[in-house]
Amino acid sequence: MFVSPIREPLITGNKDYHQITEDIARPTEGRPQIGWIIGMGIAQVALLLGVFMMLWTIWYGIGTWNLNRTVGWGWDITNFVWWIGIGHAGTLISAILLLFRQKWRTGVNRAAEAMTIFAVLCAALYPGIHMGRLWVPFYIFPYPNTRAVWPNFDSPLLWDVFAISTYFTVSLLFWYIGLIPDLATLRDRAKSTLRKNIYKALSFGWRGSAKQWQRFESISLVLAGLATPLVLSVHTIVSFDFATSVIPGWHTTIFPPYFVAGAIFSGFAMVLTLMIITRKILHLEDYITIGHIESMNKVIILTGSIVGIAYTTELFVAWYSGNIYEQYAFLNRAMGPYAWAYWIMMTCNVFSPQLMWIKKLRRNLVATFILSIIINIGMWFERFVIIVTSLHRDFLPSSWTYYVPTFVEVGIFIGTLGIFFTLFLLFARTFPVIAIAEVKSIWRTSSNQAIEKFQQQEEAEAAAEKETATV
Amino acid sequence: MATKKYLLGIFDDEITLMKAVKGVRAAGTKIYDVYTPFPVHGLDDAMGLRHTRLHTAGFLFGATGVLLMFLYITWINTVNYPIIVGGKPYFALPAYIPVLFEITVLSASVGMVIAYFVRNGLSPIRQEPPLDSRATDHKFVVAFDAEELSGEMDNVKELLAEHGASEINEKEID
Repeated sequence: MFVSPIREPLITGNKDYHQITEDIARPTEGRPQIGWIIGMGIAQVALLLGVFMMLWTIWYGIGTWNLNRTVGWGWDITNFVWWIGIGHAGTLISAILLLFRQKWRTGVNRAAEAMTIFAVLCAALYPGIHMGRLWVPFYIFPYPNTRAVWPNFDSPLLWDVFAISTYFTVSLLFWYIGLIPDLATLRDRAKSTLRKNIYKALSFGWRGSAKQWQRFESISLVLAGLATPLVLSVHTIVSFDFATSVIPGWHTTIFPPYFVAGAIFSGFAMVLTLMIITRKILHLEDYITIGHIESMNKVIILTGSIVGIAYTTELFVAWYSGNIYEQYAFLNRAMGPYAWAYWIMMTCNVFSPQLMWIKKLRRNLVATFILSIIINIGMWFERFVIIVTSLHRDFLPSSWTYYVPTFVEVGIFIGTLGIFFTLFLLFARTFPVIAIAEVKSIWRTSSNQAIEKFQQQEEAEAAAEKETATV
Repeated sequence: MATKKYLLGIFDDEITLMKAVKGVRAAGTKIYDVYTPFPVHGLDDAMGLRHTRLHTAGFLFGATGVLLMFLYITWINTVNYPIIVGGKPYFALPAYIPVLFEITVLSASVGMVIAYFVRNGLSPIRQEPPLDSRATDHKFVVAFDAEELSGEMDNVKELLAEHGASEINEKEID
C-alpha cells in the first residue's frame, strides 16, 4: 500500500467499504429525484420531436432537408461526426488512463463509458437515415448475396462501417465487463424479489471469487490495450471520409490527428457537462471531487491547444503550399459568407480553453460548466465549418450557394439530444454511475482518510526520531 | 443435488485477509475459494492460483480473425468479383489495413469476452448462489470445503480466529 501524501485525495469524507456501496447504490434505489424527473420530461419531448422528424424524412424523402447538389453534406454529417467525437472520451478515460494507471479515472469512467455508448448510438442513427433506404441497411455489410456485388474495401466509407460497429461493440463489452461486479453488489442489496431477479440475470451470477477477479483484471487490461488504438483509429477513419476526397480544405494529411484531438476535446467537454450535473443531483461530490474536475480540465487544455495548432497549421500550409484553391478555401472560411461560423469555432475552441491555465478557473465548477458547454458548441461548429464551408463554393461559381437547414434537420438533431439524455438518465437510475469495486480498490491509498493517517504516521515517526536524536 | 457444507472465515479488510490466507496456506490447509468485493492484488499468488491464460486466448482470437478476414477480402477482390476502383490494383493491401485492424480488435475482444464468460461460469440463468451476500459489499470471505477439512475443522476455526477473522460461520448449500 503506497500512499502519496502530495496527491490530492480522490475520495473525501468519512467512508468505509460499506459506506461507499451505500453512497453509490443509493441513487438506483428509492424514488427518483425531482431534478431527474424534470430532466427526463425535457428529454422525452426532444426525443419525440426527433422521432417525428425522422419519420417525416423517411416518409417524404431526403428532399425535406435543404441539401442540394453543391452542399450534399450538411447537418446530418456534422451531427454524425460531432456525436462520434463525443463518444471518444469514455474509451479514452477507461482505456488509456487505465494503461497509464491514473487512479482518478475510477470516479468518472463508468459514466463516461455509458456516455460513449449512447453518443455512438446517436451517431449511428445518422447513416441509417441519410444513406437513403433505411430498410436495406444490410447492403453495407460484405456477405455473399444474390446481387453478386460486394462493398468496396478500398473506400473509407466502408472502413467507417467496420470502425464504428467495432467501436460500439468493444465499448459496450468493456463497459459491461466492468459493470458485472457492481451489478452483483446491487443484486445482493436488493430487497424486493423482482429487483433481485433482474439484477441476478444482469450480473451473470458474479461471486467475486479470486479466480474471477484474476480473469477480470486480465481482460480489463487487454481490452484497454485493444481499445486504445481502436479509439484512435475510429476518428482517424472518420477523417479519411474527408481527407481522401479531392475537396480543397478536406484533402490534407493533418486530418487524422486533428480529428482525434478534437474528438477527445469535445468528449471531455461533454463528460464535464454531465458529471457536474450528475455529482450534484446524485450527491456524489465525495467521489467526483474538484480534483477530478481539474484533471479533466487539464486534458481539455492539452487537446484544445492541439486543436488550435491544427487550425493554424491548416492556414499556414494553405499559404505555404502555393495552391490557390487551397488558399481560397481557407480565406473563404475566415472571411466568406460563413465567417460567423468560423469565428464562433475559433472563439469557442481555441481562445476559451486557454482560460483553463488559470488554476482558480480550473477548480471552479461554474466556470468549468460554462466552458464545457462553450466547447460543445465550438466543436459542433468545427464540423459545420469543415463540411459546409468547404462545399458551398464548389468548382463551378454558378452553382455556389448558401445552405441553411430546414426544421426537419434541426428537429432530428434535437431528437438525438433527447435520445442521448433519455438513455443517460435511465442509466443513472438503474446502474451504479461510479464503478463501486474500482473506487473501493483505491480507498486505502487515495482517500483523504488514508492520506491523513499516513501523514500522522510520518509525523509520529519524525517525532520519535527527534527524541532519539536528543537522547 | 447433495448438500455441500462450507466453513466461512469472514474478514473486515484486505490486509488481515492477506495475512490470514498466507497463514492458513502455511499451515497446509486447502482453501476452497476467497470472495472479495474488489480485486485484491497479490491474492492470487498468495493462494497459489495459476496465472490466467485469457490474454493468450485473446491473441489467438485476434490472429485468427485477421487472417480469415485477409483471405476473405483477397478472395473477394481478386477471385470472386475483381473490379477496378480509382485505378487501384485488385490486390490493394494498404487499403485493406483499416478493415483488417478493426477486425483484429473485434475478434480478439469478442472472443476474449466469450472465453471470460465461459471460464468464469457467468450466465444470466444458470447460477450458483453466493456463499455470503456481503462479499460483494464490504466483507472478505475465505471459504473451506467442510468435507475436505473433516477432522481439522476446529483447528482451522482456531487458525482463522487467530488471524483476526471477525466471524466464523458454517454454511450449507443445496
